[in-house]
Amino acid sequence: MRTIDAEGMDYAQLNAQVRSCEEEEICITRCIGQRYIGTGLSGRRIVVDGTPGNALGAYLDGATIRVNGNVQEATGDTMNAGVIAVAGSAGDATGYAMRGGRIFVEGNVGYRCGIHIKAYRENRPAIVIGGRAGSFLGEYQAGGTIIVLGLHTDGRPIVGNFCGTGMHGGEIFLRCEHVPPRLPAQVRAERIASLPAEAASLVQEWCAAFGRDARELLSSAYIRLTPDSNNPYRQMYIAN
Amino acid sequence: MMDRMYISPAYEVVRDAARCTTCRLCEQQCANGVHAFDVRTGRMTADNGRCVNCHRCVCMCPTHALKIVRSDDVYPENANWDAQTVNEVYRQADSGGVLLSSMGNPKPQPIFWDRLLINASQVTNPSIDPLREPMETRLFLGKRTAKIERDKNGKLKNTLAPGLTLEVPILFSAMSYGSISYNAHACLARAAEELGTYYNTGEGGLHRDFYRYSRNTIVQVASGRFGVFKDYLGKAAAIEIKMGQGAKPGIGGHLPGMKLTADVSETRMIPQGTDAISPAPHHDIYSIEDLRQLVCSLKEATEYRKPVIVKVAAVHNAAAIASGIARSGADIIAIDGYRGGTGAAPTRIRDNVGIPIELALAQVDQRLRDEGIRDEVSLIAGGSIRSSADVVKAIALGADACYIGTAALLALGCHLCRSCHTGLCNWGIATQRPELVARLDPDVGSRRLVNLVTAWKREIQEMMGGMGINSIEALRGNRLMLRGVGLTDRELDILGVRYAGENM
Ligand code: SF4
Ligand code: SF4
Repeated sequence: MRTIDAEGMDYAQLNAQVRSCEEEEICITRCIGQRYIGTGLSGRRIVVDGTPGNALGAYLDGATIRVNGNVQEATGDTMNAGVIAVAGSAGDATGYAMRGGRIFVEGNVGYRCGIHIKAYRENRPAIVIGGRAGSFLGEYQAGGTIIVLGLHTDGRPIVGNFCGTGMHGGEIFLRCEHVPPRLPAQVRAERIASLPAEAASLVQEWCAAFGRDARELLSSAYIRLTPDSNNPYRQMYIAN
Repeated sequence: MMDRMYISPAYEVVRDAARCTTCRLCEQQCANGVHAFDVRTGRMTADNGRCVNCHRCVCMCPTHALKIVRSDDVYPENANWDAQTVNEVYRQADSGGVLLSSMGNPKPQPIFWDRLLINASQVTNPSIDPLREPMETRLFLGKRTAKIERDKNGKLKNTLAPGLTLEVPILFSAMSYGSISYNAHACLARAAEELGTYYNTGEGGLHRDFYRYSRNTIVQVASGRFGVFKDYLGKAAAIEIKMGQGAKPGIGGHLPGMKLTADVSETRMIPQGTDAISPAPHHDIYSIEDLRQLVCSLKEATEYRKPVIVKVAAVHNAAAIASGIARSGADIIAIDGYRGGTGAAPTRIRDNVGIPIELALAQVDQRLRDEGIRDEVSLIAGGSIRSSADVVKAIALGADACYIGTAALLALGCHLCRSCHTGLCNWGIATQRPELVARLDPDVGSRRLVNLVTAWKREIQEMMGGMGINSIEALRGNRLMLRGVGLTDRELDILGVRYAGENM
């Protein structure tokens, strides 16, 4: 394992060191705001102590990143494969347009999490959030799975406004009793007594990542959001 | 009251009975089902209502028995309510739908290229004969902000940012696989390689078969991020972030599920049959700082080996926007005028949103020069460049190079029928139907593209020679080489050009 002390290091310098490192396991310590860590990487296991900057794991292609701390905006942008586990909270636009892999966040996420995530063949992206999510969760979602566990204790709602705006594929599970207000017309909400198998195993993985007990989470009821195929997200066009 | 208004066909198929041999080739060639053989009479018939006037049958008929004419059925004369406008109202009253069109804006708005004239040398500063003298059309796109630094042995260090090298100031603009066919992409890729220039994948991903043209490929990253992954970024000479498109500024794209064939779904990396929705904005980009983040993450992902282009539609604040982009770390800005083509756009957007490229380009170049950051970026102008003269004028107005899209499709046989959105292109371009795609032969198509651009290159050299300029880079932003005719003071002012007859 190679340890890189990021203190006072510029992001380009840090990322060049990560890229050129021969070893599979890399530990970045004293990380403070360096952006684009792990961009496009495959075949590495990276542990970050501190707070990485924006676009952590952008275009990630199979590497595993664990952050002991919070992360900023655009984590896992256009990620293709791999796992990002954040033992903390994540900022806005987490998992933008991801096509595969998993993002586990122990705490909360900001606005616009999971925009335009999409599934493709064996790639099924998943985002599991321990606490709550801000507005526009799953905006334009085209595939994949988003789960919000609602373990936050600040009393705020589990999701903000306009959850699933423009959603046209995939599914969102919210561990709560009531359908969130202001859902767009093309999103269908239903209460389910327990999670389907694939989602349940994602919750188990999330629990394993953060040493949590899965029992209560798996025996809870969830609200499941899916696009309503009778009322799809599209414009009615007429050839002219 | 009629439930659906009858709209009489815009075109009529005229068949010369004396020439027609009833070979039925037109019937087989028309995907719109216009032509049919009537067994009862033993003659060919035509359903005018289905004709889009793509001229495929006219070109293919072995006896030249066909022509398409505009129907002389007329509504009452009305300069305010022309037939097209009236029919659009009927279509919307019938359907409740948003009008959808394709290709560029066909309206008769002013074309400033045609009001600009190019200079030539007389007596003093003699012209140059391009057949005799070397005439440099090679150019580089990218930052020109290299610093002079020496290593410890006193040797010059290469501090140049990565860029693109073009043998002609012309690139093929972004057209996605999905909006155009596999064979159309094959034609563009091969021609780009042969010409020493670049084609652009558009936002639909890159088919693996074309990875071998990577040195001549620009890949696009749009809001939907379709097909964007490590290999895709790796197989590119440059990466273009699509913020906007001239034909439809401010709105996204929507490739309907039915157009997502197996192959198209594979390059876009989404399941077959699902709608491919590109949101209007990038929902992670709300500022120049956010744009900078995408530019930098793409550079990180490609280890700073590739230039990044940011493409925007020409809109009212083009100059201020370009100034921001020039500070975002991007190497090249592509500006797309409102007459640019598209595979599908809402008619109202296509015809009413955006501004002419000539005005936007002149303002962008001026603004970047005024701010002392013109060398931070190169400029590519597009939408719509129709001839070598337009290229020369664009460069004199400040462009480094030009994107051509519609002109390239014309070279492949397109007849501007503006029905790309139906997916039934009889020329095998804007379609995914195998039997139609097969009509476009990549050998023939790439040769025609090479012919076109080579011819333009010769014409550019002749115009340069006439001006006494022997290097295309010396023409860039050289507005004294242009004069305006039929333009107002305001227009001349915005273009930064003098009126014809005015001295230096
Ligand atoms: S292709 Fe020409 S000759 Fe043949 S059937 Fe059609 S109109 Fe007649
Ligand atoms: S590409 Fe085909 S469908 Fe589109 S305008 Fe040209 S000929 Fe018509």
